[in-house]
Amino acid sequence: MPYTYGTERDEQEMLEAIGIDGVEDLLRQVPAEMRLARPLDLPPAMGELELTQHLQSLSQQNTSAQQAVCFLGGGSYDHFIPAVVDALASRGEFYTSYTPYQPEVSQGNLQVMFEYQTLICQLTGLDVSNASLYDGGSSVAEAALMSLSITRRHGKVIVPSTVHPEYRRILETYLASTDTELVTVAATNGRVAPADIAAVIDEGTASVILQHPNFFGCLEQVEEIAEIAHANGSLLVMAFDPISLGRLKSPGELGADIAVAEGQCLGSPMAFGGPYLGIMACKEEFVRRMPGRIAGETVDRRGQRCWVLTLQTREQHIRREKATSNICTNQGLFALRASIYLSVLGPHGLREVADLCLQKSHFAAELIGQSSRCELAWSDPFFKEFVVRDTRGQVDELLAEARHDGLLAGVALGRWYPDLEDCFLVSVTEQRTREELERLGSCLSANNNQEVCHA
Amino acid sequence: MTPEQLRYSKTHEWAYVTEENGEKIATVGISAFAVEQLTDLVYMELPQAGQSVTAGESFGEVESVKAVSDLYSPVTGEVVDVNSELADSLEILGTDPYEAGWIARIKITDETGMDDLMDYAAYQNQCSDDG
Repeated sequence: MPYTYGTERDEQEMLEAIGIDGVEDLLRQVPAEMRLARPLDLPPAMGELELTQHLQSLSQQNTSAQQAVCFLGGGSYDHFIPAVVDALASRGEFYTSYTPYQPEVSQGNLQVMFEYQTLICQLTGLDVSNASLYDGGSSVAEAALMSLSITRRHGKVIVPSTVHPEYRRILETYLASTDTELVTVAATNGRVAPADIAAVIDEGTASVILQHPNFFGCLEQVEEIAEIAHANGSLLVMAFDPISLGRLKSPGELGADIAVAEGQCLGSPMAFGGPYLGIMACKEEFVRRMPGRIAGETVDRRGQRCWVLTLQTREQHIRREKATSNICTNQGLFALRASIYLSVLGPHGLREVADLCLQKSHFAAELIGQSSRCELAWSDPFFKEFVVRDTRGQVDELLAEARHDGLLAGVALGRWYPDLEDCFLVSVTEQRTREELERLGSCLSANNNQEVCHA
Repeated sequence: MTPEQLRYSKTHEWAYVTEENGEKIATVGISAFAVEQLTDLVYMELPQAGQSVTAGESFGEVESVKAVSDLYSPVTGEVVDVNSELADSLEILGTDPYEAGWIARIKITDETGMDDLMDYAAYQNQCSDDG
């Protein structure tokens, strides 16, 4: 906790500096009836010792991913973070710095952005990456706005229900003040049928937004849907899982025009939901419509390698009301973490992580499939997440039981998908051991056995 | 073409209208005055062949080091040809805005508003007021 102070003497000096007698003078222009005539309803102030103990006891009520065996996913994942990520990213030069308004003064920050962009381009198979955005959800929405601007079409943006429901909420919010309609296409089992996309696409459609692997972990038929979009003059926006690219085809290979992702899985903790990292890459022809900024490499007047903001906060300074977005900055610290993580793993390491996720999740699915109480919701191919149906339809009780046994067994889906009230999403990362997977399998079955015994 | 032969819009685009096979075709660009005012140009988004354009409405944009400005079509019609060499060599606009620096050729489908275009003398007056 930072130590903040404000002595009476400090206050007095400040009052004297601005030439008034007391704080009351500052508030005089607020009408009396607008002001609270009594103290706020708060407990009395605590001393430092008491306060530290109080906050610790509050924080201990949380269960972190480290304290339990974590099978939670749906956009935030419990992947291993090598110690070197924290060791380098916590250096003061990175940890406390902010890009100055003359960014070239801060060559280290620009080099990080440049290297991050290079890694993202290599990962996605696309031409250009920006220096990052805020998180996966806002990146999806920014990509949608970008597609409106590129195609000059403002009729529709098509999104299947298999895209993260929270990303779709953000999309709705972004598009609410435009004339563009967000058309949601329902999934058939765990993924969307290309024919259902083809049925709603029209000449006013700016883009089709896919998530692959999708929110349920299933693999979409991206190439087929990309063809449908392109034949119609629409763009394909693809939200991807960066870890999956260790094994799956890249967005570039699959025909995506704009690729976006939540980058938390690349070396950042789950941290109860944020701050995270928004990844965005696209084909070169669209670079002028890309939000954010791009660092570039050049040489200085002595011929030495250096970095500049090639496309800097143009959105604000130059494009003004013609801007695609109001985003001018980037998520520097998390882009740095992702860069360190990807550099440490390398292509082979990333493939190994992806393969472990793939194998372990399929092993877990097999175990759960053998339970008489739970079953896999669909047979669609998946990467590291899959949907499990509780045949008794008591998902909340089942997950609570598992939590009691030290297992965060999954994410209940009913809150987003009323027709999946009896289902939950299980995510398996490379961190899970065989023993933990077997615990999950037997916990979900043991609950079943207990029920049978009680009956 | 010389500047004196062209017609100008208030927003600094020029048009040169010719008759080809009974159709009126306007070659359009931006004036030397506009190029000078925009300073260093870094990017131009050109209209696309086949695109319908309306007089007075945006049909592209030009980005300089200090601003992004719309390009407004001086005539109404359909874009039949675009100067594809321009995007990669914007310096042409500084050296030869009225010949090599043409932006697009537009088949005129509606002559409404054509009379509002200025002749060279009137445009010169506007520029000296703006400058």
